Amino acid sequence: MAKSRKKSPPPLQFKGAWDYAPAPESTDPVQLKDHYELFIDGQFVPASSGNAFPSVNPATEKSLATVSEASAKDVNRAVRAARKAYEGVWSKTKPAERGKYLFRIARLIQERSRELAILETMDGGKPIRESRDVDLPLVAAHFFHYAGWADKLDYAFPGKTTTPVGVAGQVIPWNFPLLMAAWKLAPALATGNTVVLKPAETTSLSILKLAEIIQDADLPPGVVNFVTGAGDTGAALVRHKGIDKVAFTGSTEVGKNIRKALAGTEKRFTLELGGKAANVIFEDAPIDQAVEGVINGIFFNQGHVCCAGSRLLLQESIADLFLRKLKDRMETLIVGDPLDKNTDIGAINSKEQLQTIKKYLRIGEKEGASLHQSSCPLPTKGYWCRPTLFLDVAQSHRVATEEIFGPVLSVLTFRTVDEAIQMANNVPYGLSGGVWTDKGSKIFRVGNELRAGVVWANTFNKFDPTSPFGGYKESGMGREGGLHGLLPYVELTRSAKGKR
Amino acid sequence: MKNAKDKDRLQVAKTYKLYLGGAFPRTESGRTIKVTDAKGNLLANACRASRKDCREAVVAARGACRGWAARSGYNRGQILYRAAEMLEGRSEQFTEELRSSGATSAQARREVAASVDRLVHYAGWADKYQQVFGTVNPVASSHFNFSLPEATGVVVIIASRDAPLLGLASMVAPAIAGGNTAVCLASESFPLSAITFGEVLHASDLPGGVVNLLTGQRDELIPPLSSHMDVNALVHVDLDDKERKQVEEDAALNLKRIIRRKPSNWFSDEVDGPYPILDLQEIKTTWHPIGQ
Repeated sequence: MAKSRKKSPPPLQFKGAWDYAPAPESTDPVQLKDHYELFIDGQFVPASSGNAFPSVNPATEKSLATVSEASAKDVNRAVRAARKAYEGVWSKTKPAERGKYLFRIARLIQERSRELAILETMDGGKPIRESRDVDLPLVAAHFFHYAGWADKLDYAFPGKTTTPVGVAGQVIPWNFPLLMAAWKLAPALATGNTVVLKPAETTSLSILKLAEIIQDADLPPGVVNFVTGAGDTGAALVRHKGIDKVAFTGSTEVGKNIRKALAGTEKRFTLELGGKAANVIFEDAPIDQAVEGVINGIFFNQGHVCCAGSRLLLQESIADLFLRKLKDRMETLIVGDPLDKNTDIGAINSKEQLQTIKKYLRIGEKEGASLHQSSCPLPTKGYWCRPTLFLDVAQSHRVATEEIFGPVLSVLTFRTVDEAIQMANNVPYGLSGGVWTDKGSKIFRVGNELRAGVVWANTFNKFDPTSPFGGYKESGMGREGGLHGLLPYVELTRSAKGKR
Repeated sequence: MKNAKDKDRLQVAKTYKLYLGGAFPRTESGRTIKVTDAKGNLLANACRASRKDCREAVVAARGACRGWAARSGYNRGQILYRAAEMLEGRSEQFTEELRSSGATSAQARREVAASVDRLVHYAGWADKYQQVFGTVNPVASSHFNFSLPEATGVVVIIASRDAPLLGLASMVAPAIAGGNTAVCLASESFPLSAITFGEVLHASDLPGGVVNLLTGQRDELIPPLSSHMDVNALVHVDLDDKERKQVEEDAALNLKRIIRRKPSNWFSDEVDGPYPILDLQEIKTTWHPIGQ
């Protein structure tokens, strides 16, 4: 056959050529206490039970500090503090003054940005390059953006005036601890609500540093409260009768449980849940740029990203070429010490999550998909996973429909635009999607038909405080970011101007 | 079956059926419910729809989804306005039907008029809410970033117990103006005007399946709809606490959006506006590259 006569290029050799000298970031800027307490009513207070749990550095498996575990009693205390602050202070604070507090917090975050980035990396395992260049700048930007909204809410929703909802109970995940806290806190505070927030149990430390910043900013006591702990603490918070609104970011499974628990109550809620985003590469795409985008889409933050591009849909005509380039690029990725500035993929956030990922690697192979991993060395201590591809994947495979939340990419191919759209939408999720093509009209055509809240064209995993983010279908409800991100935190009432 | 007007000839009474996928079939179950006027006279044997009818209705609504959402706002507005014209032209019939369910003539006329006006109001919104709720977002990177509302999909509408015509029209209009398709459960006690409303929609070039109407028993038909995995949202106004809890628990199965309308009364212009449309929209944000 003519095809076999065509020689494929020799495989690229990376051995030796990609040895970088270590470039570790110093941990000196981070001063950690041995133990961190709950942050309630403006004060650090011990948990009523006296229980504590360790916060482990997933790259070293060493405990960084212990953290108090909040019980239902502590949650109750925090909610009461938030209610008191809402009624006594925050709802009476002038909107412009509310905004100034948020500007202050944004500035303090910028000032301590290096320290916070290092801590985020130590506690969560993400590469320092990402926490320094992505997480922290976005955290500050988010506070800045919503600070300015505080006294402009009358302009946001035509014909309506806004009032705050009251006390918000917020539960955030471990993949972007400070950034998720910023996404939750900034719009809630700008619109005049008070907050009780629970960080994930593996990543409490940067949130408790944020508590120090909140103290430094002189935010009135009780406006923001942090209760640390695991699932039970979160359940106590969302079920607490004293909160008016629940905001949750996490898995679809837990999101559904929360929705069920809230059935029949008057509580409002927003959910930002899982995803299984398709990154769709058409044959007319800029291939090398698309390879970079796919790499960023799935390996950014170890794939611990709800909107990760975890399904690669390749047009058949370019599949072989694209996969060769993708595998070559994967070989160059450096997995290892998250504090090293050369590191591309850091540590898996926890032992449990590594087990989940490994479970899916077994499931994928058992279902008949073929596994490809890069050959990079892994450190001996810590939780690691090599960048992974699943080839020969069918749409019905669990690795093609379920969220793995790790550096694992399932590859499928398609022939026509319609087929690509059908495959992209063929999951219960609908958080994000990627379209790669040189044709602007195709971007709009496909983007229009994707049932997903965020569509990235010739890019992936981009975030901005002005850009609304959130899911369709089982990826959740409500938006965070921009003008639309105000809506979950306000009651709309008819303004006098709206009368006809 | 009393002859209301004509003493000399026997009136031809209408058989009230379901409205599914653009057709008027009887329920597959063959069951009926007696609908009587305030004095207990038989008005009709309406269909008592079954679980299977519910599923058929969702299939019809899903099938119509893509085409309807793809229609231009202008076109959806034209069709809604046409429905207002049809309703206006048949206002006598609707007044009569509402009167038979216990309303006074004045009340019935007022309800029909308000329903026409509500359809006109939402006909006008069909090509405007996108500009009210859409945004171009000033992101820091070199992207043209914009957010637009898109229809949520298949919406179940549980009509109010009172205002059988106005309540239904007020819930249907924002749903379909926004490009959704609907499966409506008519008022259990006064279902007749809902079916006649289906005839109005049918005569307005509304594509089959965009609105589907079921009559029957609420307690029997709400669960298969609220637990249906291919329903994206459910709108209600007066579910009791127990019903509401059940519906919201069912919603957890596939994270249906549950919208509770809370009008002080359906006649108020509070009910108007684009926000009931927004309730049944998803915001999609697109990042489009900007070249060097």
